[in-house]
Amino acid sequence: MRWRAEKHTPFLLLSPAILTILFVVAIPLAFSLYTSMTPYKLTKPDTINTFVGLRNYVRLFSDDKFWWAFGRTILFLAVALNLEFILGLGIALLINRITWGQRTLRTMMMFPMMFSPILVGFQFKYIFNDNIGILNNALQALGITDGSIAWLVDKPLGMISIITAEVWMSTSVFAILLLAGLFAMPRDPLEAAKVDGCNPWQVFRHITLPFLMPFAFIAMTIRSLDVARAYDIVDVMTGGGPAGRTEVLWTLIARVGYDNSKMGEANAMAYVSTLLSVAFTYYFFTKLVAARRYMGGAE
Amino acid sequence: MSGALKKRLSKIATWIATFLLMIVMGVPGLWVVLSAFRPNREIMAKPAIWIPENPTFSNFAAIFGFGDAQVAIPVLSYFTNSMIIASTSTVIALMIGMSGGYAFARFRFRFKNSLFLGLMLSRAVPGIALSLPVFMIWSKLGLIDAKLGMIIVYVALNVPFTIWLIDGFFRQIPKEMNEAAQVDGCTRWQAFWRIEFPLARSGIAAAGVFAFLTSWNEYALASQLTRSTDSKTLPVGLMDFTAQFTIDWAGMCAMAVIIIVPALILTFLVQKHLIAGLTFGGVKG
Repeated sequence: MRWRAEKHTPFLLLSPAILTILFVVAIPLAFSLYTSMTPYKLTKPDTINTFVGLRNYVRLFSDDKFWWAFGRTILFLAVALNLEFILGLGIALLINRITWGQRTLRTMMMFPMMFSPILVGFQFKYIFNDNIGILNNALQALGITDGSIAWLVDKPLGMISIITAEVWMSTSVFAILLLAGLFAMPRDPLEAAKVDGCNPWQVFRHITLPFLMPFAFIAMTIRSLDVARAYDIVDVMTGGGPAGRTEVLWTLIARVGYDNSKMGEANAMAYVSTLLSVAFTYYFFTKLVAARRYMGGAE
Repeated sequence: MSGALKKRLSKIATWIATFLLMIVMGVPGLWVVLSAFRPNREIMAKPAIWIPENPTFSNFAAIFGFGDAQVAIPVLSYFTNSMIIASTSTVIALMIGMSGGYAFARFRFRFKNSLFLGLMLSRAVPGIALSLPVFMIWSKLGLIDAKLGMIIVYVALNVPFTIWLIDGFFRQIPKEMNEAAQVDGCTRWQAFWRIEFPLARSGIAAAGVFAFLTSWNEYALASQLTRSTDSKTLPVGLMDFTAQFTIDWAGMCAMAVIIIVPALILTFLVQKHLIAGLTFGGVKG
């Protein structure tokens, strides 16, 4: 009898969590899937009853605008995440070297992570503003340029500005977790390698980096959970404009769904973006589990 | 080059790099804070005025509706909404997270790994993508532009991560402590409250702060599910300052400070535990 009770306890403990996720995520996602197969428009409520199968998806996949936004999203993620990893690694190695003020620096690094993305976006919108931004003012004061560079308007600059904001906000995730990895690293293998005559690069490449990988995967998993936070930054900085130059998948969803009230099409797009995020998280989560198993074996 | 000189040079390089890092990290936020205390006139000045000449509190007075306010933005109700929504959803998410995290840390059961993965993946759904169906369902249920609607959404948003963190903190506590207490005559429930909960308390507080800030900072869902002063939160309210062609920079900076300050204080209080929670929960399988 007691054994039976034990068997059900974990499910009882987990039921509130499961119910919440069902109600707020799973059921709405199922509804979203259905809606994506209707021509539903907010202005014509009846259209939700018309089932059109995959028509929205077919239309989407033959739409240049969608593919541009999709490509831009992938490019944005690839550039931002790689930069964040490399910079984060550099910062972690740097802070690991200094002895004085290490804790203060680590605390400081937590702050961008805890900032609201909307604030980070606003902050950089202010910095990059062509007329009153501190960046143009500084460039003019230093005599580098006379005119005002339209950071948020010109073609590659808009995306670069947005990526800068994103990297500023999220590099700390990597830096902090990699630094924690460096702190946890055993000294013996490092000493042994030095005694054996390895140069610093070899030590880094063959001892430090493999040890840090699980920490990098934790950071990647955490980041993959909220990459779509970038929507806030883009929305506040450029709103996807001007003329769609910085349009990413997430801003396009909002525009089609809420501004044009074409909910059917927007839901189809939302499904694509959801699958993208979920696949991304799944990939890094399995990597993390594998790394965990490897570390467990080493213990 | 002699060894001593080389060492010295590398030390100087480290300091220069650290200094640059601090500038890059600190200046953007600092500039917003400084601008919050300057009149719009000074912000717009050409050539730029670098050091504030007339520090003033008038931006704050203006957004709270005192003095000669040009724009009356109900910052006070946004602040109250944010506080109510963020703290209520945090408390609920913590209770759900504690019970779920304990299950993952202490029990073996079927589908354990898939359930954990499922919870994590639910968090990966982009806010804006989730907002579409939630918007449609919430309008049927009358939860649009209601604090309750936002609270429910934020609980679900915070549960997966809270479980991850709290699971990690419970794992650090040896199972034997609970078993010993049970041998001494405690029920499992009593053993939890007397032994494990007090030991994991600081970690749970860190998870709570993380959840609070997630709700405090959220924009994608809130911008679509809220409409008026009944439920609009601070991040959504910040966009009130952006009219079609003009932006009230000074007002926005002042409001930004109001959003930043609680985040700074809370982060400072729990940063140590938060790092421990993120790494421990992730690494020890």
